[in-house]
Amino acid sequence: MISKKVANVQEALDGVRDNMTFMFGGFGLSGIPENSIAELVRLGVKGLKCISNNAGVDNFGLGLLLQGKQIDKMTSSYVGENDEFERQMLSGELEVELIPQGTLAERCRAAQAGFPAIYTPAGYGTEVAEGKETREFDGKMYVLEYAFKADFAFVKAWKGDEAGNLIFKGTARNFNPNMCGAAKITVAEVEELVPVGTLDPNQIHIPGIFVKRIFQGEKYEKRIEQRTVRQRP
Amino acid sequence: MLDKNGIAKRIAKEVKDGYYVNLGIGIPTLVANYVHEDIEVEFQSENGVLGMGPFPFEGEEDADIINAGKQTITTLPGASFFDSATSFSMIRGQHVDLTILGAMEVAENGDIANWKIPGKMVKGMGGAMDLVASAENIIVAMMHTNRAGASKLLKRCSLPLTGVGCVKKIVSNLAVLEVTPNGFKLLERAPGVSVDDIKNATEGTLIIEGEVPEMQI
Repeated sequence: MISKKVANVQEALDGVRDNMTFMFGGFGLSGIPENSIAELVRLGVKGLKCISNNAGVDNFGLGLLLQGKQIDKMTSSYVGENDEFERQMLSGELEVELIPQGTLAERCRAAQAGFPAIYTPAGYGTEVAEGKETREFDGKMYVLEYAFKADFAFVKAWKGDEAGNLIFKGTARNFNPNMCGAAKITVAEVEELVPVGTLDPNQIHIPGIFVKRIFQGEKYEKRIEQRTVRQRP
Repeated sequence: MLDKNGIAKRIAKEVKDGYYVNLGIGIPTLVANYVHEDIEVEFQSENGVLGMGPFPFEGEEDADIINAGKQTITTLPGASFFDSATSFSMIRGQHVDLTILGAMEVAENGDIANWKIPGKMVKGMGGAMDLVASAENIIVAMMHTNRAGASKLLKRCSLPLTGVGCVKKIVSNLAVLEVTPNGFKLLERAPGVSVDDIKNATEGTLIIEGEVPEMQI
């Protein structure tokens, strides 16, 4: 067994520097690498270029890095729900690249899978495709989109083992599996780190080969963004 | 004239047995409430769930189980979870049978704008561009005019586009329309709405053939 286990979040984030490009798993606040984000806030690294579907809320998730003005550029598909984000974007402090959600996922997956680029129909004929190469296949137009290049991918899983194998829970899975192995170093944080041999190999979502470092997060707040319920009958 | 629930109710009639359906945020979300009980339908949410159920009972919310609007949800028997690339494989690969989404503007050639108002609202397109670029069957749920009374069914969209030539059908508070090569074809009128009301509220080319029936909802 090749162990990917590191002692703590400090060790997991070894090598993180100013001006690097990071990927963050998560959809809204669901499945975000809370402990890695907290450590990045503590380290105070600046000039970051971040790839993440969303940008957190004002006081949680990537919103915490925005508060400290640690992010220079965000590549996302949807960035509502965050006043500080909007302020920094409109004032020009923050560069924002908005791209279709499926394109974001596929540019991660392309990086993971060794494809330099992909063709997608999403965004053809819109400002998203401006200046990009397009091509017709079977009478339909597609846009060339490049694989991401990132220094670190920070992902969060439900369970993992020392070999780096990961299992996700519910919709907290989202972009996390697509980002594993899509950056030079993939850091996985898990709610529960179990000994090897404990997880059923049939049930592994991401094999450990895609993960460089794994640690058990100290605590998880798992904040709910929109609490919606129905009345009991 | 229909309210938002009326629009959702009319669209629900377009949902057929055996359909996998993606619902956008806003009016489209309401469609799930009106789908006929006798048919089997599975709702897909782009953040990675197929087989979405209703909201949870109080105390049973799970931060790890949400929909694309970041609302807590439940799943039904037969549901599955998957990653974002798989989710958009379902969408881009045309495995989803019906997409229902909102719009700020639709043009008579089927162009749609629903993600950005320059200088005012910049939240992003989320999955809308993937959905409209790929789906075979797209129904737009929208109000026919804006708050100032100006038409949202136009000759050409004025806002940044989400997709080109992709809308096939529109259900508004006033009418059901089909997008044809010659313009918006009026299929049905909302209860209490005249053909003239619809003409006055439509800037784009409106095609009227014979008697236009009133919607049955």
